[in-house]
Amino acid sequence: MTDATLLPLAVAIPLLGAPLLAVAGRVLPRTGCDVLATGAAAADVVCLALLWSHIQGVAVTPVGGWPAQIGIVLAADRVGAGLALLASCLVLAVLAYSWRYFDEPRGERAGLFPAMVLTFQAGMVGFALTGDLFNAFVFFELMGAAGYALTGYRIEDPRPLQGALTFGIVNSLAAYCSLLGIGLLYARTGQLNLAAMGRAMGEHRTDLLVVVSFVLVVTAMLVKAAVVPFHFWLPDAHAVAPTPVCMLLSGAMVELGAYGIGRVYWTVFSGPGGIPHDAFRHTFTALGVLTALVGAVMCWQQRHLKRMLAYSTVGHVGLFVVGIALLTPGGVAGAAVYVAAHGCAKAALFGLTGVLLDRYGSVDEHGLYGRARDLRLLGVLFVLGALALAGLPPFGTGLGKALGEAAAGHSQAWLPTVYVLTSALTGGALLRAALRIFWGAGPVPHSRPGEAETSGEGEEPEVREPGRALPPMMVAVPALLLALCALVGCLPAVARSLARGAAVFTDPAVYRAAVLGPAVAHRAVLPHVASAWTAEGLLLGGGSAAAAAAFAVLAVLRPVRLPLHRGVRALVTGLRRLHSGHLGDYVAWLALGVAALCAAFGAQT
Amino acid sequence: MGVWPYLAAGWILLVALYGLVTSRNLIHAIGCLAVAQSSTYVLLLAVGYRDHSTAPVFSDLRPGSRPVVDPIVQALALTDIVVGATVTALLLALTIQLRKRHGTVDPESLTALRG
Repeated sequence: MTDATLLPLAVAIPLLGAPLLAVAGRVLPRTGCDVLATGAAAADVVCLALLWSHIQGVAVTPVGGWPAQIGIVLAADRVGAGLALLASCLVLAVLAYSWRYFDEPRGERAGLFPAMVLTFQAGMVGFALTGDLFNAFVFFELMGAAGYALTGYRIEDPRPLQGALTFGIVNSLAAYCSLLGIGLLYARTGQLNLAAMGRAMGEHRTDLLVVVSFVLVVTAMLVKAAVVPFHFWLPDAHAVAPTPVCMLLSGAMVELGAYGIGRVYWTVFSGPGGIPHDAFRHTFTALGVLTALVGAVMCWQQRHLKRMLAYSTVGHVGLFVVGIALLTPGGVAGAAVYVAAHGCAKAALFGLTGVLLDRYGSVDEHGLYGRARDLRLLGVLFVLGALALAGLPPFGTGLGKALGEAAAGHSQAWLPTVYVLTSALTGGALLRAALRIFWGAGPVPHSRPGEAETSGEGEEPEVREPGRALPPMMVAVPALLLALCALVGCLPAVARSLARGAAVFTDPAVYRAAVLGPAVAHRAVLPHVASAWTAEGLLLGGGSAAAAAAFAVLAVLRPVRLPLHRGVRALVTGLRRLHSGHLGDYVAWLALGVAALCAAFGAQT
Repeated sequence: MGVWPYLAAGWILLVALYGLVTSRNLIHAIGCLAVAQSSTYVLLLAVGYRDHSTAPVFSDLRPGSRPVVDPIVQALALTDIVVGATVTALLLALTIQLRKRHGTVDPESLTALRG
């Protein structure tokens, strides 16, 4: 099959599978639904894997046969197709994981959950593969609407509803901001096609309109990517969504936001008449570092396991944003490898947390103290996942982190410190929880009354079937995902291919030539991008894993109270209070963030 | 029309933001979200407007005989309306569940998630 058929097929398979399931679910037995859903997801994985291995440069398909000048095109390079492939692999894992997870009412609702997951997948794959800005908005909203519905899937508890409403309102508001930006860009360029927009931008100087439209367009991606101060919805939504949904939200959807920022900047705004490279580099590096640090500190403070994992996603997304903000092929290559491996590791950790929730009806680090001693295999997997997040070689997260550090170190010598600190703190928090839950290490942790925190006690188990044996899929899927995470690091071909993709991703001329045809033909010599382990990378990866272990052991045993300055404690407490759970506060932060970005870019152009 | 429609779109967005930040009722908040969306309609239609033009319907119009307004932004606005209706319906459904099961529609009374 050629790229021309594979590209639309990748979006069409889940889009057709979803209504089919919703209808067939009324008549088919539960097993039939599962087979149908898993079959559709597997077909999409095969389709995207073929596409990914075929692509040289950028694969382009004009949808419906309309040429790129007037129609919508799908355009994929290795980075975009790779992200779509990651999302599809996670969808397949999630569907397999949730085979026996929900004790869904039989009858007409049986196929709804997998149908919504497939809709979500269609949104994610479409967003990663589209070459049209308005089309990207539509896929963005499709993925959003499916995401809100999936987050609020369990309506018995007020918390999922609260999380889903916050998620929905904040994300939709940001999407409308983005649409305003798209309207302004269309007014300037008369185009919606990313490549054509980028070409038309050069006809004018950079002015206020460009700055405002750029900030508005990226607002939606910043919210999706949970960049501080747009991140408040994420821990609330991830803490309450059903575990299989968390695997998708944290593993793939959030990363799509970061990808969207890079894609839109490179194709539309990177040339003359756009946003100067320095302005983008400075602003987004600052945002990324802030996000990484806030995520890491907040992750360390959590006792609710899902919230801990959610904040660790915030921390890692900060690192991905830094990688993209470097505006070098090396930075993007690092971020791409990191995203692929992080998605697998994070989904595995959420899956393991789901087992705890299933067994004990709690995801509270304190409440579960020592209770999971008999689930040793699970404990070992959890520790491996935590070490993978901390960047232990040979996991792919370690390789992505090493590549990112090398690229960041070229730009600012202190940037690798942020990578190490974020990985060590997030990995350390998870190791601390694992030591307490699976080994009962250290003294019984006591809660700190009066503090603003979400405990994670009294969660509803997602399956009400007491005495049921542990479904083997619920352990097999996380184990496989961890193996996949290690494969990304061990198979040099994966990183090499992503690095070549990164060279294409950061060259708007190649994209433009592929989309707009031979009229602007361009044969660039793509730079060689490093994609292999280095001694320095191995050392830093091992070092941050060791630091994570040290943090965890110190926190569990508490031989020393860390002599933190009172000011630092006040700062951390203040930071926690900011995460108030109130919708109004989150919207206010969003507005403030947009205004601050406008001011920052206005001052730098 | 000049710059006025753009200012109006910005003003509508600000009004919606104010409503969302101060809202004490989720139905009201979702209404504010719909207001925020209206600003996109105003902006899109303003982008496509041409003075002294007519609707781009060519059934009773010879192509090229008269200037017409830009149909692309109208298509965008239509898509936007569909997307917005879906999202609003979904959020309202979640709010109804919240009211039914937990007896509140006040975002201030939802305090289970913080820190």
